[in-house]
Amino acid sequence: MIDILSKRYLYFAFSLLVIIPGLILLGARGLPLSIDFTGGSLLEVRFEGGTPLTNAELIQLFENAGIDDVQVQTTESGTFQIRSSVLDIETRGLILDEMKAESGGEVTVIREDSVGPSIGAAVTSRAALAVGLAALAVIIYITFAFRKVPNAFRYGACAIIAMVHDVAVVFSIVGFGAILFDWQIDSLFLTALLTVIGFSVQDKVVVFDRIRENSSVLRRLEYETLVNHSIVQTLQRSINTQLMTVEFLLLSLALFGGITLQEFAVILLVGLFSGTYSSIFIAAPILVLWEKQEWKTWFRRGATA
Amino acid sequence: MIRNLYTRLVLIVIVAALAIWVDVNDEIRLYNPFNNETVLFERSIAPRLGLDLQGGLQVLLEPDVAEGTDVDAADLETARTIIENRTNALGVSENLIQVAGGTRIVGDFPGAEDTDAILDIIQQTGVLEFVDTGDFAPDEGTLLQTDFAGGSANGTTVAATPLPTTESPTETPATPAPAADPSQPQTVYHTIMTGKDLRSVNVGVDQGGKPAIDFVLSSEGATIFAQHTAANSGRYLAIILDKRVISAPRINEPIPGGQGQISGNFTAESANTLAVQLRYGSLPVPLKVVETRIIGPTLGEDSLQKSLVAGLIGMIIVILFMGIYYRLPGLVADVSILFYAAIAFAIFKYFHFTLTLPGIAGFLLSTGAALDANILIFERLKEELRNGRNLTQAVDQGWTRAWSSIRDSNLATIITSVILYWFGSTFGATIVKGFSLTLALGVAISLFTAIYVTRTLLTIALRNFKPKNLQAWFGI
Repeated sequence: MIDILSKRYLYFAFSLLVIIPGLILLGARGLPLSIDFTGGSLLEVRFEGGTPLTNAELIQLFENAGIDDVQVQTTESGTFQIRSSVLDIETRGLILDEMKAESGGEVTVIREDSVGPSIGAAVTSRAALAVGLAALAVIIYITFAFRKVPNAFRYGACAIIAMVHDVAVVFSIVGFGAILFDWQIDSLFLTALLTVIGFSVQDKVVVFDRIRENSSVLRRLEYETLVNHSIVQTLQRSINTQLMTVEFLLLSLALFGGITLQEFAVILLVGLFSGTYSSIFIAAPILVLWEKQEWKTWFRRGATA
Repeated sequence: MIRNLYTRLVLIVIVAALAIWVDVNDEIRLYNPFNNETVLFERSIAPRLGLDLQGGLQVLLEPDVAEGTDVDAADLETARTIIENRTNALGVSENLIQVAGGTRIVGDFPGAEDTDAILDIIQQTGVLEFVDTGDFAPDEGTLLQTDFAGGSANGTTVAATPLPTTESPTETPATPAPAADPSQPQTVYHTIMTGKDLRSVNVGVDQGGKPAIDFVLSSEGATIFAQHTAANSGRYLAIILDKRVISAPRINEPIPGGQGQISGNFTAESANTLAVQLRYGSLPVPLKVVETRIIGPTLGEDSLQKSLVAGLIGMIIVILFMGIYYRLPGLVADVSILFYAAIAFAIFKYFHFTLTLPGIAGFLLSTGAALDANILIFERLKEELRNGRNLTQAVDQGWTRAWSSIRDSNLATIITSVILYWFGSTFGATIVKGFSLTLALGVAISLFTAIYVTRTLLTIALRNFKPKNLQAWFGI
């Protein structure tokens, strides 16, 4: 039988290698929060018929209307995304008219979002509450579901640690995505994040359930061997469910699903993969580490090295 | 046992047939089988597309009150109804105006093209007018044409009265146009003053002790009112809101001082309603727009096609994988996954769920969860076969042993879906709501199909066809 658990510190190092660079990027550049959280306006337009305005001209046009915090981006499909503070209806109409006049053609509004600052703040606090509630619900639920196993609380705690790992991986990916593809943290991102949390827990439960079953059947085995056994027994299922089905569905969505869903699908793809990875390589190893109380030897090992 | 099994099969086939019937029709209708004419049951089940799939407008409104002020739920509900009535008058189909999280109102206008008109009409507070109707006492709710133009740009009345214009080519030279405007055959009444001149409105009692409305006018309003009431005693003065009559009191005597009373057959409640309407225009609470989202129709259409194609490709690959890897059970799982898709889609259609892009993603993810349940069982089944159990025992054990992990793991997903749904509904984020709802429902239905349908079908298949070569048929 494959010995997965013995190399556990290698997996921890690998995870840190994935997580830390992205988080550093995020820390250095700040969270790319969308107007869903900060409040503001996003106007995406396409110029048809006339000469499209340049970014500088667009910014000038907004400044004339008294809006001076404008950022303009051109997208792959040739549209312009203009971000600014909240536009009221009159200013918005004025600006659109100006655009039409200056370009000499039609201006089509592809998409327009406008979020007041108060609502942005309310969404942020509610989102934090939602994530916190989800974590709490999970730890209670697992402790309850595993109440007949010794140290049931550890399973819940390990699921949470692995969940934090998955959330960190997702944020790290966003750190890179923000630079490469101009990703933003919006309410859809939050949806993806909560889904990752949900499925991450679902995956832990499957592995833990096998440990629960084995611990009554194979009582004589050492804990580490027992956990390793359980991982190997569920390995095929983890690969088939995650790689062959869920990831295929999401990959298809990311590749062919259109620009609106791309960020969402990629985050789910990475997040759900991380969720499966962390069941095997983070949550289960930490269970063993906890059982053996390995932290007591960390210092000694450091001293002898 | 066999009988039981085939009863189950019949049940499954019936449910599948029902689901497919709902899936392919946009309207379901059941005729009375005895005379084939009377309709017993009818329901329109055309799929509802979200804003992100067909374009449109979403508006989030918040009471414009000082922070910390509590807004009465009933007031918010009244405001919602009023906004619904106003926007319906614009002729936009499929509007959905809801109170979100008890403190906000969210309006969805899928497919809306003239978004500016909708935003205008939502934001206006409602125009109150005092109209001279002469000897005519209009009923409550009647629409009146007035000569006051300031607020009538809202378009409510224009849209609400689809005038059968008689502008045919024959009439142009022949008739010398007796009325000023041939397209407006109704009488146009004169507006004496508008709600702007109202200073305060309170519920009081009349001389008979019955509830009445006391009002105080501005000095300008008082002058106008004094002149008008002096000259028109005994005639009617209609109070109209957005051109609709809310009350038509008769002028009993001149009102010189700018203070007056509207009396009539009021109950305490109806007097209060009228007072509120007079005070705030049409809305019981002032509302402000805090969020708007507009999605152009082209973007929506593009997203719909692409995501459907993506979903289809993903499903085909996954179905192929299951068949190739798990052989006979895999094929059975494929049948039950299609069954699952048919049921889920039928439920979404029947209960008018709005289909959104993340909703499609949620549906695909729940398909993954459905397959996960099957994969867990099949892996277990193969394990039991390898341990030397016979087929019947292995199938039995596969289901029994895998059940606890399927149950516990899916419950975890449902818990997070519920939290997501709560988050989405507080802010009218229909997109988040759609996702969590499809995910949770999908997971629930998938549990049923994985456990019940796959098992029944597999047992029947194994009974009628006794595979000798387990290696080939189960891919051990």
